[in-house]
Amino acid sequence: MTTSLPIRVTVNGRVYERTVEPRLLLSDFLRHELELTGTHVGCEHGVCGACTILFDGAPVRSCLLFAVQAHGHELMTVEGLSSDPNHLHPLQQAFHEAHGLQCGFCTPGFLMTLLPFVQSHPDPTEEQIRLAISGNLCRCTGYENIVAAVKLAAAKLSGRPAAHLALTGHHAPSQGGGA
Amino acid sequence: MTTRYFGQPIIRNEDPVLLTGQALFTDDVHLPGMLHVAFKRSDYAHARIRRIDVTAARQRPGVVAVYTAADLGAYWKPGPLLVSPPPVKGAVFNTRTQVPLVRDKVRHVGEPIAMVVAESRYVAEDAVEDILVEYEPLPAVVDLEKALAPDAPLIHEDLDQNLAAHIIQRKGNYEAARAQADHVISRRLYYDHGVAAALENRGVVAQWDAKMRQLTVWDTTQAPVPIRNGLAARLGLSESQVRVIAPFIGGGFGPKIMMMYPEEMLIPWAAMQLGRPVKWIEDRRENFMATTHERDQIHWAEIALTKEGRILGFKDFFLHDSGAYDPYGLTVPLNSQCTLLGLYDVPNYESEFKAVFTNKMYVTPYRGAGRQHGVFVMERMLDIAAKELGIDRTAIRRLNFIPPDRFPYNNEIIYQDFAPLVYDSGNYEPLLDKALELIGYEQFVKEEQPRLRAQGRHVGIGVVTYAEGTGIGPYEGARVQVETTGKVNVATGVGTQGQGHFTSYAQLVAEQLGVDVRQIRLVTGDTAEFHWGTGTFASRGSVVAGNAIHAAAAAVRKKILKMASDELEVAEEDLELVDGKVRVKGVPEAAIDLGTLAAKANPLRGAVKPGTEPGLEATAYFGPERGATASGVHAIILEVDPETAMVTIHKYVVVHDCGKVINPLILDGQIRGGVAQGIGNAFYEKVIYDQNGQLLTASFMDYLIPTAMEVPSIAVAHLETPSPLNPLGTKGAGEAGAIPVGPLFAQAIEDALSEYNLEILEIPLSPNRLFELMQEARARS
Repeated sequence: MTTSLPIRVTVNGRVYERTVEPRLLLSDFLRHELELTGTHVGCEHGVCGACTILFDGAPVRSCLLFAVQAHGHELMTVEGLSSDPNHLHPLQQAFHEAHGLQCGFCTPGFLMTLLPFVQSHPDPTEEQIRLAISGNLCRCTGYENIVAAVKLAAAKLSGRPAAHLALTGHHAPSQGGGA
Repeated sequence: MTTRYFGQPIIRNEDPVLLTGQALFTDDVHLPGMLHVAFKRSDYAHARIRRIDVTAARQRPGVVAVYTAADLGAYWKPGPLLVSPPPVKGAVFNTRTQVPLVRDKVRHVGEPIAMVVAESRYVAEDAVEDILVEYEPLPAVVDLEKALAPDAPLIHEDLDQNLAAHIIQRKGNYEAARAQADHVISRRLYYDHGVAAALENRGVVAQWDAKMRQLTVWDTTQAPVPIRNGLAARLGLSESQVRVIAPFIGGGFGPKIMMMYPEEMLIPWAAMQLGRPVKWIEDRRENFMATTHERDQIHWAEIALTKEGRILGFKDFFLHDSGAYDPYGLTVPLNSQCTLLGLYDVPNYESEFKAVFTNKMYVTPYRGAGRQHGVFVMERMLDIAAKELGIDRTAIRRLNFIPPDRFPYNNEIIYQDFAPLVYDSGNYEPLLDKALELIGYEQFVKEEQPRLRAQGRHVGIGVVTYAEGTGIGPYEGARVQVETTGKVNVATGVGTQGQGHFTSYAQLVAEQLGVDVRQIRLVTGDTAEFHWGTGTFASRGSVVAGNAIHAAAAAVRKKILKMASDELEVAEEDLELVDGKVRVKGVPEAAIDLGTLAAKANPLRGAVKPGTEPGLEATAYFGPERGATASGVHAIILEVDPETAMVTIHKYVVVHDCGKVINPLILDGQIRGGVAQGIGNAFYEKVIYDQNGQLLTASFMDYLIPTAMEVPSIAVAHLETPSPLNPLGTKGAGEAGAIPVGPLFAQAIEDALSEYNLEILEIPLSPNRLFELMQEARARS
């Protein structure tokens, strides 16, 4: 049997101490040890981007890292944006209003890829947005509404009005519900 | 004024849980004591198994069980035939379905040979490496055209050839039509559709509660009710002892409607054997090898026309790749055969196909489900005809459209639902006109293209059309109930994979009951909540389940009005349902809220009138006599770089008619997502097996699905020709976006590279393949 190692990792501001096998993938650690199942695994070879999380603030593929490599580091998963369906983070809210998701499986990876992007790009161009998400695969949406969601999120976060986006949502932004 | 919900672009009820990581997907199910499965899969496409040695695997610490076919005993039996062959005269169909674990001979790479159950997935995968399989390799059948050769190795040795099916369908008399024709064109065409590659792989979790005698299964299936019934039958349980939950599913697109996969037969059985919960989650490599594909057909097509371009007849023979088994019957090739006819009045049609067994993963529907293949053949033949006859490609289509006064239009052949292929309604010229207007056809062809060509740029335009048979039977059902809280519960048997059912179905109920969409809780795909239904496939959710939900909600509305009429002592026609209340029109203070009414409908003491049903609840079913035919036109402007053969899309337009629209926001999303898959199919994605049947494209590094850099912004417009076949007037839309993109690319690329005089008779293309075609064309001229 492989020797296990103690690790100490901060995830969404909370410190976790666990003993893990060196070969345990960070994605599996988050999902199955910490039960933070919002991070999804689509390919386990670093292409699809569904498992993207923030590692010391930078987006990384959690399927390409071992849990032991996160020892002493700060991670953020989609649950760190908001894990409360009744109170969405502006980036999540923008995806909701712009219909930027269908099956929702790839969505957490997009959100985590985009959080640093929208924070550093208050008014991104379509080209910049498409480049920013070019490492994340979505099989449902055709990306168009994701691009719209990013524009909306950037506007929300920088306090600009988003009226010119011509979003078609009938309701006022949802304050709750869930499925 | 009552609020309208039907037809509104309402943002989705299901989003908040998905956006916050709180939605339950199958791999999110964690149960105490849960075990994990990994499979030993075949390394060979075709080989006899001499010996399987699992001794070392069984001894590995952490391994709980290792099963081979021999260990399954009486439980070993092939999977069910999901779709029986069509009632076509002279039809040949050889049923050969997949097995849970291979007993004697492997028939495709990735076929499961042994199942390891262990304390962790990591240990299970270690133990898979411990298993030794001794194979006697056999020559593999890979090439469709060689599969039926007399010396071809036999995949199923009890058959005398690798023939899965042979079907001939006819309308009119093609040979007579051909004799009258001014112009006859014949071509060989190749179309390969590839794999669905949903972002979520498949998975199954099963828990057997020995004391409750209850089996619970979480499955990434599009067909939870049939899975429950199939499992109960296999496991010797009553259907009521099995609960199948299709929770949130990360994309379906067809392969998840296939049932039963070997893993679906095995995981619940192992959970019962071991008395512990068992989980198996497919990895991406397994998904490429062992989740169904759609792949290729080769067509030999012939079209007979007048010199003006009117179609007199069409004849087609094709080979369809069935893969190693044929559990899904002939849905895919039948769709190809039927959808080929498109929007056109084809008076004489003769279509014959042979489905062949090959040593590859078996083929079942993937978004479009064979329709692509047929549309490619017809659209390409019309393009060639237009060129040879010197007619504009849009004019030849317009000339042959079925006119609006010819509906219902009978194509006189049998469709995938075994009903005659009769188009219910349609109005095609306005679709074409709208698409030409939105793409700017005249202006592009007359001004822009000559101007850009003069600058040395290779820009082209494409316009293609398609029909889509949608919303087929047999039926779906739903139950609608108003709770005493005033909230509304809706349950239906179909599963959901991202189509927005939690919202669009809620809109149908809201429309009837005057309740806010967010007050409606919808459950799909849980057999404990609703146990009748067939599944989510064939663009049928909004038609079949939608109309069932509408009918159930209308029945509840009727109950509400009747009861409120008694309570408020006013005639039913003087009442209206608004904001969760039933109230007297013009007297808003004379109202009773639905929750109160629901409580009154369920008295705890006292007497009720004979025949009274409790509660404000109704269950209804809907089964259309046949499918509703949607239609559409796609148009594109693209540019080719002749140095690299890369294609850049400058403009993309879809004009679509799927009858009445429930939620345009969701509908446009479905269309755009379909186009993205179509673009992948046309230019980026290809499943490649080598001559030994080894799969060379088993990762996202080798099988390229489009990113945001390849998929453009897509303009979508809708025309509404309601279907007369259902009360809502809806037609299906889930597959439409994906269907005609291949021929659209082919036509526009030929146009962009007009000086090469290309004739593109195959899809998928790729920069490499297009470059080769350009080289070949240059060499010819």
